[in-house]
Amino acid sequence: MMQIVLTVTAVVLSLAAAGAIIRIARGPSLLDRVLAADVLLAIFGAALCIDMAANRHLNNLMLLVAISLIGFVGSVTVARFVADRRENVRES
Amino acid sequence: MNPETVIDAVSAVFMVVGALMSLGAAVGLLRFPDLMSRMHAATKPQVLGLFLLLAALGLQMRTWWVWPVLVVAWLFQLLTVPVSAHMVGRAGYRTKHLHPELLSADELEAVVQKAAQKAARQAAARHGTDDDADR
Repeated sequence: MMQIVLTVTAVVLSLAAAGAIIRIARGPSLLDRVLAADVLLAIFGAALCIDMAANRHLNNLMLLVAISLIGFVGSVTVARFVADRRENVRES
Repeated sequence: MNPETVIDAVSAVFMVVGALMSLGAAVGLLRFPDLMSRMHAATKPQVLGLFLLLAALGLQMRTWWVWPVLVVAWLFQLLTVPVSAHMVGRAGYRTKHLHPELLSADELEAVVQKAAQKAARQAAARHGTDDDADR
């Protein structure tokens, strides 16, 4: 049963990561990219969690906490220093 | 049907649903029209998805001491996610990354206009005194 779950979650998380990467590439603004990068980090965390649960080890637990910390620091920093550089306000 | 099978089944369901949260966030990121609604979709895997996956991990480990660690990891995420979402939303509002016609209520607009009027009045007053000093 674990093998089926691993396959299903691998497919689902790959699709989700592809969607987040498409949003990072397309933009249109910096804040959209920050948000999509945050989601991508959450997807990585989900993948680490599923790997730990399926193989029954706890090696990546600290990495999971570190990933959430890095996502927090990154998005807060970028949001603090973001500036409006667009001419057309309504393009998002 | 022994308890081991039940625990395995429950954690399998948790894992699949938690992964679907990520997929839902990605679909929301791709399809929603502006930053605010995309932020709404993006919080799904960060809180509920992580909770489901950590619960699956705790069920699979079959040891009691791992639960406090998982709770701490989840609480940490629960504390940091609203702060970063607040900062991103604030920056998005200030740089006009929103469609005002999609909002059902905008309670910040009155405050922002009031602050802008006050700043304009202060700037005008300061300008007046500068002119007096020049003369």
